[in-house]
Amino acid sequence: MKKYFGRKIVIYLLTFFLAVTIDWMIPRFMPGDPIRNMLTRVSVSSNPSAIQMMYDYYAHLFGLDLPTWQQYLNFWQALFKGDLGISTYLFPTPVKQVLLRAVPYDLLLLIPAILLAWYTGNKFGAFAARSKWLDNTISPVSYVLTATPYMWLGILLAWLFGIVLGIFPIAGAYAFSLRPAFSLKFILSALHHWFLPFISIFMVGFGGWSIGMRNMIIYELESDYSHYLTTLGAPKKLIRRYAFNNAVLPQITGLALQLGVVVAGALVTEVVFSYPGIGYLLLAAIQNQDYFLIQGCFLFIIIGVLLANFTLDVIYVLVDPRTRRGMTGETA
Amino acid sequence: MSTQKKKNEFLYFGLRNKKLLVGSAIILFFLILSLVGPWLAQNDPFKFVNPLGAEAPSSKYWFGTTFFGQDVFSQFVNGLRATFVVGLIGGGLGTLLGILIGFTAGYRGGLVDEVLNALTNIVLVIPTLAVLLIVAAYLKVRSVWTECLFIGFTAWPWVARAIRAQTFSLRTRDFVDLARMSGMKATPIIFREIAPNMMSYLLLVFILQFGGAILTAATLDFIGLGPTNAISLGLMMQYAVLWGALQLGIWWWFIPPGLAITAIVGALYSMNVGLDEVFNPKLREM
Repeated sequence: MKKYFGRKIVIYLLTFFLAVTIDWMIPRFMPGDPIRNMLTRVSVSSNPSAIQMMYDYYAHLFGLDLPTWQQYLNFWQALFKGDLGISTYLFPTPVKQVLLRAVPYDLLLLIPAILLAWYTGNKFGAFAARSKWLDNTISPVSYVLTATPYMWLGILLAWLFGIVLGIFPIAGAYAFSLRPAFSLKFILSALHHWFLPFISIFMVGFGGWSIGMRNMIIYELESDYSHYLTTLGAPKKLIRRYAFNNAVLPQITGLALQLGVVVAGALVTEVVFSYPGIGYLLLAAIQNQDYFLIQGCFLFIIIGVLLANFTLDVIYVLVDPRTRRGMTGETA
Repeated sequence: MSTQKKKNEFLYFGLRNKKLLVGSAIILFFLILSLVGPWLAQNDPFKFVNPLGAEAPSSKYWFGTTFFGQDVFSQFVNGLRATFVVGLIGGGLGTLLGILIGFTAGYRGGLVDEVLNALTNIVLVIPTLAVLLIVAAYLKVRSVWTECLFIGFTAWPWVARAIRAQTFSLRTRDFVDLARMSGMKATPIIFREIAPNMMSYLLLVFILQFGGAILTAATLDFIGLGPTNAISLGLMMQYAVLWGALQLGIWWWFIPPGLAITAIVGALYSMNVGLDEVFNPKLREM
């Protein structure tokens, strides 16, 4: 178990190091100049020497006038202090503050959607396996759902429920007339806006998990231990329970593997519904070439995915006794 | 003689597998449409042909026109062609890289395996789309081919991982030992002794990579980071959302591209499960 966690943690640290490096590197080699962009947007004055002075001031403020290696070291140093720089797009708000405002929306959208899709998908998939009737009704639906691009399902739901039927709003996280507050009115409005993006992320995930579980259960039901139990005369229900317990393990690993895809899906879903999470921010940051905000979005996504992976590792050890006994049930 | 018989058996079950047949038929339909369609479409996908703007499907404009008066049918079939190119090349590249890395890691073992496995795990954990976003944003001019490269170079890890595990279990078998003792080099052993045992699996992997590449490309295109010089199904959806097709009820603008992607990817998944049943006798439903 120590070895299992040791390996995992080394991989996560390496990933984090590499991700931070990529994160620092790519935006810096992106064409375009964020300070110049910012100055043209606020169109300070037409006097070139004044612009140059402003330019130098901001370049110094952001540390862009230092040698590259110094910038890299500073980046790490600042990172450990929790300083992610200042957004040029939402100047002068610190990036951390911009991101922390967006994170709750992401968590409230993603965590319920992912977990609920995983749970219900697995349940339905297990029912559908080797049951003619369910397999002919639920499985085709699941195929269609898992093949649907996230944004298209979002577009369809927004069009159908938002425009044609007009029962759900299709933009923002709460009504424009409200300010975030801990009141019933605000919570209801937020839920109302939350529902469509949630359901579109949920539905795509549901399809994938139920297909995966259906196939996995069939494998298990055809394995030697199931046949042995059948010949012993064990009740069908018991065999199915054993099959489910075995089939659920790869599904936990699968959840870890799917996280990146779900995050990407959430990103485009947020774009469709103008939902103010990190995906929506990242898009705005790219369009405005906001170095610090792009880096921040990145870091938050990567830290989130790494934390989720680690949580799943812990759960895996709790669920699969083989990993605890030092028999590597699943290789790192 | 025996391989001949086996092939016939696969053909026998293949022709009786509904999932495989339906999936193949859908793919074939869209493939033909993507080949013939651009030739049937009279208008350039970007050209403003209809001065009236958006117009519902008619005999003149089969799929209607966009908000700007562009021919949706022409955009659709040309985008379909790009979709197949990305799936084939991007998915193919992802499969190839995964196979090479998986075989090398699994067969060599030791330090090579440690390094390759660490690399695989790292790429597996990083949300690749986030990296793709940044890289794509960095390149000002992008073609369908660059998109294929991006997708291929980030989609391989799970393939490498699965193939590595299978190679591990195959490399200690007697026939591989025999080949090694007879002085065969590593590469011929991998491709002549180990790979044929996984052929069916490799085919399944390619199908899944094909579908995955299409979905990733659609996501990139939708965010506006796809090819800069060509139409694609994802780009059609982006324009439709940005120019208020939902509010204006121009459904013929955003339904066809998403429907095609869903149908193609769904058909691929269905083929995948169907083929699995054909190759694996245990999974056949009697």
